[in-house]
Amino acid sequence: MEFFFEVLIGGLLAGVMYALVAIGFVLIYKASGVFNFAQGAMVLFSALTFVSLLERGVPFWLAFLISLAAMLLIAVAVERVVLRPLVNRSPITLFMATLGLSYVIEGFAQALWGAQVHGLDLGISDEPLELGGMLLSQFDIFAALTAASLVALLSWLFNKTRLGLALRAVADDPLAALAVGIRLQRVWVVVWTVAGFVGLVAGLLWGARLGVQFSLSLVVLKALPVLIIGGFTSISGAIIGGLIIGASEKLAEVYLGPIIGSGIENWFPYGLALLFLLVRPAGLFGERAIERV
Amino acid sequence: MTQTAATHLLELDNISLSFKGVKAVTGISFRVAAGEICALIGPNGAGKSSLLNIISGVYQPQEGRIRFDNRERRRMRAHDVAVRGVARTFQNIALFKGMSVLDNVLTGRNLKRRSTWIEQALRLGRAGREDDSQREVAERVIAFMQLQPWRDALVGTLPYGLQKRVELARALAAEPRLLLLDEPMAGMNADEKQQMSRFIIDINRELGTTVLLIEHDIGVVMNISDHVVVLDYGRKIGDGSPEAVRKNPEVISAYLGTRH
Amino acid sequence: MFYREAGQFNTRYAEDRRSFPLRQDRHGLAALLAVAFVVVPWVGNDYWLSAILIPFLVLSLAGLGLNLLTGYAGQLSLGSAAFMAVGAFATYNLEVRVDGLPLLISIALGGLAAALVSALFGLPSLRIKGFYLLVSTLAAQFFVGWALTRFGWFSNNSASGVISAPRLDIFGVNLDAPAGRYLLTLTVVVALFWLGKNLVRSELGRQWMAVRDMDTAAAVIGIPLAKTKLLAFALSGFYLGVAGALWAFAYLGTVEPHGFDLNRSFQILFIIIIGGLGSLLGNFLGAAFIVLFPVLLSNLVSLLPGGLIDAGQVENLQKMFFGALIILFLIKEPEGLARLWQRFRERARLWPLRY
Repeated sequence: MEFFFEVLIGGLLAGVMYALVAIGFVLIYKASGVFNFAQGAMVLFSALTFVSLLERGVPFWLAFLISLAAMLLIAVAVERVVLRPLVNRSPITLFMATLGLSYVIEGFAQALWGAQVHGLDLGISDEPLELGGMLLSQFDIFAALTAASLVALLSWLFNKTRLGLALRAVADDPLAALAVGIRLQRVWVVVWTVAGFVGLVAGLLWGARLGVQFSLSLVVLKALPVLIIGGFTSISGAIIGGLIIGASEKLAEVYLGPIIGSGIENWFPYGLALLFLLVRPAGLFGERAIERV
Repeated sequence: MTQTAATHLLELDNISLSFKGVKAVTGISFRVAAGEICALIGPNGAGKSSLLNIISGVYQPQEGRIRFDNRERRRMRAHDVAVRGVARTFQNIALFKGMSVLDNVLTGRNLKRRSTWIEQALRLGRAGREDDSQREVAERVIAFMQLQPWRDALVGTLPYGLQKRVELARALAAEPRLLLLDEPMAGMNADEKQQMSRFIIDINRELGTTVLLIEHDIGVVMNISDHVVVLDYGRKIGDGSPEAVRKNPEVISAYLGTRH
Repeated sequence: MFYREAGQFNTRYAEDRRSFPLRQDRHGLAALLAVAFVVVPWVGNDYWLSAILIPFLVLSLAGLGLNLLTGYAGQLSLGSAAFMAVGAFATYNLEVRVDGLPLLISIALGGLAAALVSALFGLPSLRIKGFYLLVSTLAAQFFVGWALTRFGWFSNNSASGVISAPRLDIFGVNLDAPAGRYLLTLTVVVALFWLGKNLVRSELGRQWMAVRDMDTAAAVIGIPLAKTKLLAFALSGFYLGVAGALWAFAYLGTVEPHGFDLNRSFQILFIIIIGGLGSLLGNFLGAAFIVLFPVLLSNLVSLLPGGLIDAGQVENLQKMFFGALIILFLIKEPEGLARLWQRFRERARLWPLRY
C-alpha cells in the first residue's frame, strides 16, 4: 500500500513539472489564442543559454538574467515577425506557424550552443527524504514548491495588477481590447516574455533532472494532454491536468507496464486525453465554444 | 383562402425551447399552408432564428410537436429534415468560401445523387452521366438566379449581395418543398431588396415552393407575404394576413410603432 | 500566345469535366509521362533514380494522402507517419507469411490495413473538432510506434526490430534494380494520383470541402458528416499506407519503426504546407522541395572554404531555414507553391500581353 502511495506521490510531483510547462502554454493561449508549439524549443533555448553561460564561468544570477533577456528578445522578434503578420488567421495556421518557429529556435539553439548534453547542478541534493514511511525525492519537493510559488506569482500578476487586467482583456477579445486603447503588441511581448520566464524555470528544473539536451524540447508533447484535460485557458486547470497526467502515467507504467509492455508512458497520456475529449470536449476548466449559426 | 388540414405543409404545435434557463421561444403554434409565402417578424431577440433552427433540425425543442407534410417528427436531425425536402439559408452566410459558385450550388444537389464514391473515383459510366445531369440542374438554378457571370468565381471573393444570392441558389438546387430564409435581405440597399424580393416571388410562383422567411423590413414583408406571424419575447402575438397583422394593437405597440 | 484557350470550346458538359480541359495541358502531360516512363529509366543514373526520384515520388504520394485529409477535408493530422508504418509493416508481413501473394496485391492490402487503422483513429473526429483533433492523430503516432516495437511479431521476431525488404517481383520480372524500383513507384504513383484527381473533383471531394469550410452548414444541407469524415480518414490512410510500403521496399530497402516517427509526420505536413493545401500539383512541388533542398544546401556548403561550416551545423541551418520558410509561406502565400505556379500559368495565358 505504501508502495502505491510512493508511486502516486512520485507521479504527482512529476506532474508538477508537466504543469509548469503547461502554464507557459496557457499564458500564450490566453493572450494570443495560439497553441505555441515552440514552447518546448523556448524551454530548450533558455536552459541551454543558461547552462552554457554557467559553464563559461558566469555567476548564477547573472546567467539567469541574461537568459531572461534573451527570452525577451525572442518575444519581441516573434511578435514582430510571426504574430503581427498572421493576426487574423485561423488557429490552425497560427499553430503551424509555431511549428515552424519551433524548428527555427531549436536549430538556432543548437547552432549557437552545440548539441552535447550539459549537466546542470542546481545545488539541491537528490537524496530521498523520508516522510511518513515513504521515500520522496528532495528534488521533486523543491520543484513542487517552485511551481507553487510561480503560480502564486502569476495569479497575483493576472488578478491584482493593471497589466494583468490588460492581459485578461486581450485574452477575452483582442478587438475590444484595442478599442479601449490597450496596446496589443506590447501585451503580446509581455506575455511571451513571461512565458519565456516560465519556460526558463521549467527548463532549469527539467534540465537538472534529465540533463540539458535536445530532448527537452519534446516536453511540449507531454503538455498537450495536460492542456486537453485541464483546458487551454486555465492555470489551475494546467496544474490539475499536470497532476492527473503525471500520476496516471506513473501508475500505468508501474501497474500496467508489466502486463502490456514497457514504454507505454509515451502514448498513455494521449489515450487518456482522447477519452477525456470524447466526454468533455472542452476539458475540465476550459470554456465551451458556443457556435452561432 | 380556406386552409384545410390537407394543405398545411408545416404545423407547429406548442413549441418551446430554452437554453440553460433562458427561454428562447414559448408555446409557439402556427400553420404554414402549402404554396404560400409566410413571414416571421418581430423585434430582435424575439426568437425568430431559434424557431427557424428548430424547424430545420439544428435545435431540438423541449416541448411541442412539429408536423411536416402531415407526418409528425420526433427528434429530427438537420440531415433528416433536409432529406424530407426542407432547405434553408442562414443569417450569417453559411457558404463554402473555398469553393466556386458552381460547386456550392452542386453541393445543394448532394441528396439527389445515386452513384457511390467508388464509381466516381473510377469514372465509371453511371457517375459520369450523373455528373452531367446534376450539372444541368445546377446550371438551370444558376440561370434562374442570374449568377452565370460568376459561375467559376470563388465564393469568398464575391460581394455580400451576390453571396446571399448564391446561398439562395444552393438552397434552391435541392428542389425543396419548403424554403426557410433567415433574413435574406439583411444588409442590402433598396435596389438589392427589390431584386431579392423578385427572386423570392418568382421562386414561389414559378416553382411552387412554400417559403417561410424572417425579415425585418416591414415594407417588404407586407408586399410579398401571404401570411404573417409576429413574435415578441419568444411568444406569438400576431398571426394572419398582412392587413390583419398591421391593424393588431398588440403588434403595433410591441413592434410597429405609430403609423405615419 | 502559345498557351491560350482561344478556339477551344467545350460543347458538352463531359468535355468541361475533363481533368485537363486545355489542349496544351493535355499534350504537356502526355509528353511528361512519356519522358518519365520511357526516357528517364534509360538515361537516369542510379544515384538520381534511387536517391532523388524515388523518394520524391513516394513523398508526393504521402503528401497527397495527408492533403486529402487535411487540405480537402480539413481534418488536421499529425499521425501520417504512423499510417505509413502500418502500410509498410502490413505489406511486409503479408509478403513473408502468405506464399505466392503478388507484390501489388500485398501493397494494396497494406494500404487497406492502414486505411482501417486510420479510420479507427478518425472516429473521434465525429465529436471533436479543429485543433483538438490533433490529440487523436498524435495518439495514433505514438501508439503505433510503440506497438510495432513492442510486439516482435510485426517484425517477424528479428533481433534488431529492423526488417529488410523482400525481393520485388512483378509478373515474374525482378525489379530490384534502381530503374525497376523507379518504374514500380512511378506506376503506382501515377495510378493513385489519377484516382485522387477523380476523387477530389467528385461529389465526395465537394463534400470534403464543404465539411472543411463549414461543417454545420454541410450537415444542414444533407451531407452525412460521419461518412464523409471517416472516408477521408480511410482514403488518406490508404494512400499513406501504400506510400509507406513503397518507402520501405522501393526506396530504403529496410524498414524500422524509427523511420516513421513524429519527425516524418512533420515532414509530410511541411510538404503540403509548402506545396499547397488542397492541391494535387502542390504535393509534387512540396516533395521536390523537401527532397532537393538538403542536397542543394550541402552542395552549397561544400563550395565554401573547408571547415567553415561542419556537417552538424548544416543540419541546424537546414532546420532553421525550413522553419523560417514555413512561416514565410504561411504569411505570404498560404496556398503554397501550387498557387505560385497557378499565377505563373495565368500570366502565361495572356503572354505576351500583360493583362
